[in-house]
Amino acid sequence: MKEQDWHNPNDRIMENRSIIDRIMAMEPSVRLSEAGDGQLLVPNDRFRELAIRLRREEGFDFLRSLTGVDRGEEGLGCVYHLENTSTGENVILSVTVPDRENPVLHSVGDLWKTAELNEREAYDFYGISFFGNPDLRRLYLRDEWKGYPLRKDYDMSSNPLNMDNEGDEDTSEGYERTESGDYIIKRHPLFEEQEYVINLGPQHPATHGVLRFRVSLEGEIIKKIDVHCGYIHRGIEKMCESLTYPQTLALTDRLDYLSAAQNRHALCMCIEKGLGVEVSERIQYIRTIMDELQRIDSHLLFFSCLCMDMGALTAFFYGFRDREKVLDILEQTTGGRLIQTYNTIGGVQADIHPDFVANVKKFIKYMRPMLREYHEVFTGNIIARERLVGTGILSREDAISFGATGGTGRASGWACDVRKRHPYAMYGKVDFKEILYDEGDCMARYMVRMKEIEESMNIIEQLIDNIPAGEWQMKMKPVIKLPEGSWYSAVESSRGEFGVYIESRGDKYPYRMKFRSTGLPLVACVDTISRGAKIADLIAIGGTLDYVVPDIDR
Amino acid sequence: MGRNVKIKSMKYEDFNDNEYIEKLVEELRKNGTNVIVGCLDDVIEWGRSNSLWPLTFATSCCGIEFMAVGAARYDFARFGFEVTRASPRQADFIMVAGTITYKMAPVLKRLYDQMADPKYVVATGGCAVSGGPFKKSYHVVQGVDKILPVDVYIPGCPPRPEAMLYGLMQLQRKVKAQRFFGGVNKSISEKEYERLMSEDAADADDEGAGLA
Repeated sequence: MKEQDWHNPNDRIMENRSIIDRIMAMEPSVRLSEAGDGQLLVPNDRFRELAIRLRREEGFDFLRSLTGVDRGEEGLGCVYHLENTSTGENVILSVTVPDRENPVLHSVGDLWKTAELNEREAYDFYGISFFGNPDLRRLYLRDEWKGYPLRKDYDMSSNPLNMDNEGDEDTSEGYERTESGDYIIKRHPLFEEQEYVINLGPQHPATHGVLRFRVSLEGEIIKKIDVHCGYIHRGIEKMCESLTYPQTLALTDRLDYLSAAQNRHALCMCIEKGLGVEVSERIQYIRTIMDELQRIDSHLLFFSCLCMDMGALTAFFYGFRDREKVLDILEQTTGGRLIQTYNTIGGVQADIHPDFVANVKKFIKYMRPMLREYHEVFTGNIIARERLVGTGILSREDAISFGATGGTGRASGWACDVRKRHPYAMYGKVDFKEILYDEGDCMARYMVRMKEIEESMNIIEQLIDNIPAGEWQMKMKPVIKLPEGSWYSAVESSRGEFGVYIESRGDKYPYRMKFRSTGLPLVACVDTISRGAKIADLIAIGGTLDYVVPDIDR
Repeated sequence: MGRNVKIKSMKYEDFNDNEYIEKLVEELRKNGTNVIVGCLDDVIEWGRSNSLWPLTFATSCCGIEFMAVGAARYDFARFGFEVTRASPRQADFIMVAGTITYKMAPVLKRLYDQMADPKYVVATGGCAVSGGPFKKSYHVVQGVDKILPVDVYIPGCPPRPEAMLYGLMQLQRKVKAQRFFGGVNKSISEKEYERLMSEDAADADDEGAGLA
């Protein structure tokens, strides 16, 4: 195998120098910082204009990730990862505002819809206000929370447990520009006085975890949905800042527990990228196979839960019966059923079990006819079709603007698979189809995932017989320190692009670690796609979007 | 030994903490009991312990394992846990499966208050037992026993389905060692729990002062 084949394309996030030159020409005040992936440092007052031009003229239509950062004495800032979905160009922008008392940045929520919730997150964590964002409420923490927890000077004991029930605000606050050029605080009504608003969750069997919707109804037609997150916000990103790199690995499995293998793969990849470590071919094979097994596991659970939500309890039992077989294989090698903690920096925890290959092959042989059974039981069912076909339509433009990746994006016709866009591990070398549908409705989202089970099995079949001999753990230093710089790595987790952003100052602890949630864009688009649907359809829409709440809240 | 705490599917000596149950049984028999009330009690506890219905409540990872316990392979309906109820008013016990955060804590308390007596709490997984891997977080309750009286703890991250079944059988034993009429070994009332909690806190303060 040729040397350059092993070069991970993820290493070259801003590989295309021409875009950097174009931006420099557009905006001469931009400076390039080379450390790590590199970043373009944009002055705060020029940022909004540059963002508009990048969006409208250069076609950067996908905001991959928006990360708030506390830069100490330099102030507070945000890092934007942008991608042009037609050319595949990537660019990373960084903005800093020196004022710590009242930091204000410009909102880009009108350019990329996904920014709206992400800016609320940055407001919640860092207290950064965004001009032009109409909804600056806290996203995860309670409204009366004191201080901003991800700031470095946050006092951990300043918010004791408060057992009072939380109130509901019917208005939100936002900064707006007046005609004279000043900014004023304006209150926006979320719900009007005469509106009929019902509450769904956080304890509701169909919200798939502790997510809460406030739904405004007219009869049984949905008029508006207000999403409340944070009921399972554990502050993982803050905790990571005081953990060594190997210790941080333990927490990724608990973000989206149905993508445990892929999440950890992303974090390991990002750290390996920072260290400049390349792992052996055997490790790449094992990681790829494990990722795909995990995807099958997750999609089987998706099938089970969707069917259960829609009243087909038999199908739930079928799905779980077969899911247990995947878990058996995972358990045999990794020792864990749901949370495997298998990937490590520079390898995997243990070599594969001697029976692994045989068992995987046996499973695939067993699974194929079972999928036909699923389709007979559920896919063709008239009640299921009535409820899935044509409901909750997400357009391709909205999918990109919201950053709704994974099965949801592909059901809307957006080829967003990270395995194809930025191939990592073995994905550049295996032959598989990216499942695309154009309808963008619940049925398409369901079918994408069912077909992906087959594709995952195809990928595994291509790899399972050829696992090369070699090390399963590269030799690493006892203390892992990343050089100064910032890195971003992404994998295709079971439900979309899962990204890890690490900013290091040369310590054995990360300075900032951000996980790009796969679920946050999905709940962000619930309001858009549910308007005009019936309240009962919300269950099908939520089920097919397939978000996992601990991944949203982190 | 163990007239009241026989579990059909598992041998008495296979359980780990029998002293605890023996103590409960001893208390139960201390002052004797009326024949009729005693017999009625036996019947009621037999029925109650074999049809404990959980509330559908899960915040994170443990919830998926909880679903696995309910599904085809592990099937907790075999032991009488039968169906999960979506409404707290129809549930006998709450499996706190997953991390409880500060924002969730008042909601959980409200769910617990909505359940009808007699009610039980099972803390499932490291997070519900003690905060687990998120012990140092600014937003995680350090164990659900800080806000609710817990009957059974099931450690693990997440606990295996077998561990959950074991924990649930322990709950059954606990129910069997109770007396429905007369109140012996009944779960403590909320008021009493709050009193004990405040006593604990006062003790901790005293100790802290002593050390200083």
